[in-house]
Amino acid sequence: MMEDVVVENLWKIYPGGIQAVKGISFTVHHGEIFSLLGPNGAGKTTTISILTTLIKPTKGKALVGGFDVEKEAKRVREIIGLVPQDIVVDDDLTGWDNLMVQAALYHIPKSVARKRAEDLLEFMDLKEFANKKAENYSGGMRRRLELAAALLHRPKILFLDEPTLGLDVQVRTAVWDYINRIRKEEDMTLIMTTHYMEEADKLSDRVAIIDYGEIKALGSPKELKDSLGGDIIEVEVEALPEGSSLESLIPVNGMVKEVKLRGNVIRIKTAEGEKALPNIVISLSSKGVTVKSVNLIKPSLDEVFMEFTGKRIRESEVSKEEVFKERAIMRRRAR
Amino acid sequence: MRLEMMEKDSSGKVITEIQVLTVRELKKWLNKPYVVAMMLIQPLLWIALFGKAFNLTGIFSIPPDLLKNLPPYVTQQIQTMFNGILSRLFGNAQIDYFSYMAIGMMAVISLFAGLQTGMSLSWDRRLGYLNKLLVSPISRGSIIVSKVLGGTVKALVQSLIILLIALPFGLKLEIAGLWQVLAALLGLVLFAIGIGTLMISITLKAKSWETQMTVMNLLNLPLMFASNVLVPLAMMPDWLQVVAKFNPLTYTADILRQALLMGTEASTSAILKDLGILTLTAAILLTVGVFVAGKTLRKD
Repeated sequence: MMEDVVVENLWKIYPGGIQAVKGISFTVHHGEIFSLLGPNGAGKTTTISILTTLIKPTKGKALVGGFDVEKEAKRVREIIGLVPQDIVVDDDLTGWDNLMVQAALYHIPKSVARKRAEDLLEFMDLKEFANKKAENYSGGMRRRLELAAALLHRPKILFLDEPTLGLDVQVRTAVWDYINRIRKEEDMTLIMTTHYMEEADKLSDRVAIIDYGEIKALGSPKELKDSLGGDIIEVEVEALPEGSSLESLIPVNGMVKEVKLRGNVIRIKTAEGEKALPNIVISLSSKGVTVKSVNLIKPSLDEVFMEFTGKRIRESEVSKEEVFKERAIMRRRAR
Repeated sequence: MRLEMMEKDSSGKVITEIQVLTVRELKKWLNKPYVVAMMLIQPLLWIALFGKAFNLTGIFSIPPDLLKNLPPYVTQQIQTMFNGILSRLFGNAQIDYFSYMAIGMMAVISLFAGLQTGMSLSWDRRLGYLNKLLVSPISRGSIIVSKVLGGTVKALVQSLIILLIALPFGLKLEIAGLWQVLAALLGLVLFAIGIGTLMISITLKAKSWETQMTVMNLLNLPLMFASNVLVPLAMMPDWLQVVAKFNPLTYTADILRQALLMGTEASTSAILKDLGILTLTAAILLTVGVFVAGKTLRKD
């Protein structure tokens, strides 16, 4: 298998001593979608910035497409595309002009650029807006234009930094569709960062969970979820009968792996939730326990994140600059 | 031989890059005509309010009825004295204050356009467009050069607009000659390039756009007042004259006046001196700019 990105013991310490990335290592295979999942400030954007030659690493090695990001920065730039976190479409230019500037920066011959731009605008459903100034575009349209611009020079490796940040749920799903289509139609490796669990889960072949500059877990979404050891069943009960222990009510066996009591809720870890659930309810009823409600939780990356970092992803913690961006997007929409 | 070809190829690429980015800069500008209009308001107000209300040369002309009532030998002496003051301040050419100021404002609008160059880079950085450029395999220098070139074209166009607006309001042009006009244009271009590069260096160093704004506000009015744009150097206190002599705006305004107002009185040596000083200023600021750009665009 060809490795498109090789990262070995990569460090980034900013002036002032902030350790943004602390010795991470990973490889990305050719043709896969690889996600860096973590909360804001985890080091995702720093990692992407190093890989796209925007900043220099403090220590360690990073190869992109076989080229060293420090020593062969120009070669790296020729084969990568970046969809940055901020929507950086040029507002004062039309969609078409935006693409033409981009094409010229990569020295794509004019005739080729025109053909590709037409195809990409078609692909991104932006054809009818091509000659409108980008300031009239909605958030989703900007993202699509951004994607089109990043694809114009047919990069081997495409970096997407928080591709759906600031977009509402519907638009987000639409952007996922486009990303999936790009992946199907182009021979391209995609590396993205996100702090949306669902995004990482739905899109990626492999996910690296990153927190405080370190990779806490790495694997396919399925592997990561399987590592939790199966489903979780939560049973809310009226009260446990006097004198009966939890173990006697739900014995740990081949099916039940772990039982915990949290208030009135019994939390059961099990390999196959669907099969275990009826048995548990029947068994509890037969022992005289009134079951008020049951909840079957399928393992999610959210649970995985919880497992490896001991906390939920801090989605509520948003940086000042991000607030600025989100507001900027809202302002643009309002116009 | 092969190497030479490759070099040619890459320098061709750089030219394409600069061209594309400069055109982008100008398209952005032209797509916002109200911004262009607003940039022009301040210098126009100066011309309208100051140039018309504050008629400096008018102060020194003697009202005809006053002359009639005095004996001829007194009027002659007064006339000589006043003419002496006028030519000490404005030179021997017949220049009215409005024209003097209007041409000065052509230099000022170039200053403003040059100061704006940094803001344009600031916004590209703040909105993330700069990163997009840095991720592409273009020469880092292209980014800077195109910004400065864009600013220079804006300066030229805007000062031409000022000239055209001032004409119907009483600007009296006395063109010295073709080469003098070309030299003045070159001087204006060099000045805009110099100021633009200076502001780019400051933007690259300062990082925050608030600093950038502060520097702009700090520079624009003092540079205008400590120059011969509004009043001739001879009218200033000595210390201010010294400051004004180190201000490139003074030489830009002077070379424009020599070429556009002085007519036959234009001095070749003054034009060459102005041009020399403006070339030197631009060369120094460019060197500093290239150095700063090389250091800061490679972030670490």
